[in-house]
Amino acid sequence: MTLRLTNTAKTYPDGTKALMPTDLTVETGEVVSLLGPSGCGKTTLLRIIAGLETPDTGGEIWFDDDNVTAQPVERRNVGMVFQSYALFPNMSVGANVGYGLKMQKLSKPEIDARVTQVLEMCQLEKFSHRSISALSGGQRQRVALARAIAPRPRLLLLDEPLSALDAALRETLRDELAILLRKFQITAIFVTHDQDEAMAIADRVAVMAEGRVVQSGTPEELYRNPTSAFVAGFVGNAMQLHGTHDGMLLKLSGGVLPLGRDGTGQDIFVRAEDVLIDSSGPLKGQVETVTFLGTHYRVGIGGLMPEILISIFPGQSAPRIGETVQVSIKPESLMLLPQTGRGK
Amino acid sequence: MLQLIVTLSACAFLFVPTILSVMAGVTANYFQGISSGLTLKWVFRVWELYADSIFLSLWLAIACLFCTLLIGLPAAYGLARHPGWLSRILEEFISLPLAVPGLALALALLQLYGSMKGFRASWTFILVGHVLYTLPFMVRSILAVLAAIDLKTLEEGAATLGASPWQRFRDIVVPNAMPGILAGALTVVTLSIGEFNLTWMLHTPYLKTLPVGLADSYASMRLEVASAYTLVFFVLIVPLLMAMQWASARAQRIAQ
Repeated sequence: MTLRLTNTAKTYPDGTKALMPTDLTVETGEVVSLLGPSGCGKTTLLRIIAGLETPDTGGEIWFDDDNVTAQPVERRNVGMVFQSYALFPNMSVGANVGYGLKMQKLSKPEIDARVTQVLEMCQLEKFSHRSISALSGGQRQRVALARAIAPRPRLLLLDEPLSALDAALRETLRDELAILLRKFQITAIFVTHDQDEAMAIADRVAVMAEGRVVQSGTPEELYRNPTSAFVAGFVGNAMQLHGTHDGMLLKLSGGVLPLGRDGTGQDIFVRAEDVLIDSSGPLKGQVETVTFLGTHYRVGIGGLMPEILISIFPGQSAPRIGETVQVSIKPESLMLLPQTGRGK
Repeated sequence: MLQLIVTLSACAFLFVPTILSVMAGVTANYFQGISSGLTLKWVFRVWELYADSIFLSLWLAIACLFCTLLIGLPAAYGLARHPGWLSRILEEFISLPLAVPGLALALALLQLYGSMKGFRASWTFILVGHVLYTLPFMVRSILAVLAAIDLKTLEEGAATLGASPWQRFRDIVVPNAMPGILAGALTVVTLSIGEFNLTWMLHTPYLKTLPVGLADSYASMRLEVASAYTLVFFVLIVPLLMAMQWASARAQRIAQ
């Protein structure tokens, strides 16, 4: 199913503008992630699509050729996985998964067959008669997913489905979820504040800030070609280089950096993995912090600019704190973005 | 050792008068003591004289339970779904009959409805008093359980699965509120059967409930009959009390 939102906004009764007028299209079978910090309007947008919130007048929501703007949530046939899972404590796992089918008035044998099938897909067949309280966090998450997809919804919505899990489990389930979503071949929208989650699961990521979609594209596009300081900072933690411009050069307190192009009127960003500790580099600074992270070191270098610049150091023996190091940054790894004052 | 003695004396303090009273109800002649023999004739006598009161009380309790459920469940649901200062005030307002003495409540009812002869003389008049008095227990009991679960999200979950508001209420709200409903129901029945103050003001000579009959028998019957009445009262109310304790403990575990 293709989802189309036009001019959809949400103003709460107290005047808070949770969502600015937004247009969004999600193609059939596409998995789109809404990524942004808390309070950016991503959950509001998801709830509007589900029908749990009413958009301001003027907004329209289309499921294919079906205008659902005025339809209540129970008639929209969307599946939703809630952050807290919202599993019914008064029902067994099987009854939870079958509830949506019961609402569709399917016959008992049909419901049983479909529940068995969905539980198998989610590797939950052993748990059908268990009560919800007897499940672990990861199992609950899978039950919530199974319950949402069992009625074959037109659209699957997931609201931070992994955030209630601990870190180790989250990573495993993230990959599992990505595989399951492809297996179901369902149009899905996935809300998260975790860029790794968005990148791992989504075909396309829509980055949101202050009630707007600021950029939307594949994870690679967003990472390599951010169009704003916010996206550069939020996706991949780019750092802004603060210095004075001089045409093709950027003057920093630790030296002069060639930009390879005219940087006038642009803010300049770089990612930690592109900051190289290199004895022939044009910049000079002091090592202030060194953190060992297993596969690499994270080195904080001061004296290059007012803030500390982070460098990822992949070698075996990291420089020591207090040491003076030379730093190079390849011109092609710099991101030049339209000036918006100070970047994040 | 000391602890045992204290416990035993406390038990004796509580049980001796009860046992004495019950014994008096099955003694052939109280003034001659137990040597006059044990008999159930006083119990049968009570049955002859006061069977109507027993049935009236049971009937009132059931009707009262029905009314408090009918009003209390939607009220508790509404309060749980819309938390805020207004709900808080409403909850306190519903609870007012707990603080106001039953006599005052009865007087107010008499002032308001006393002139409506048909209503004043019917059992429904006592029922109104009982509903007013027991409703807060039902509402609070259900509310405590509902407040402990994330009702809003559960209902949203059901809604996305296609459940209409009524289906959500039936399939999600009521089953999850059940421990609170059960605890509230037992409390309401127990209170309704045992209520005296208010009922004594509202009753007519033809409508005596169990406790009003008890007072009547104490005032006008011989001691053995009155004691046998106490026995009958115990037999009815003690199992209810125990069931109520069990259900409230269960509901509280969920509410925590």
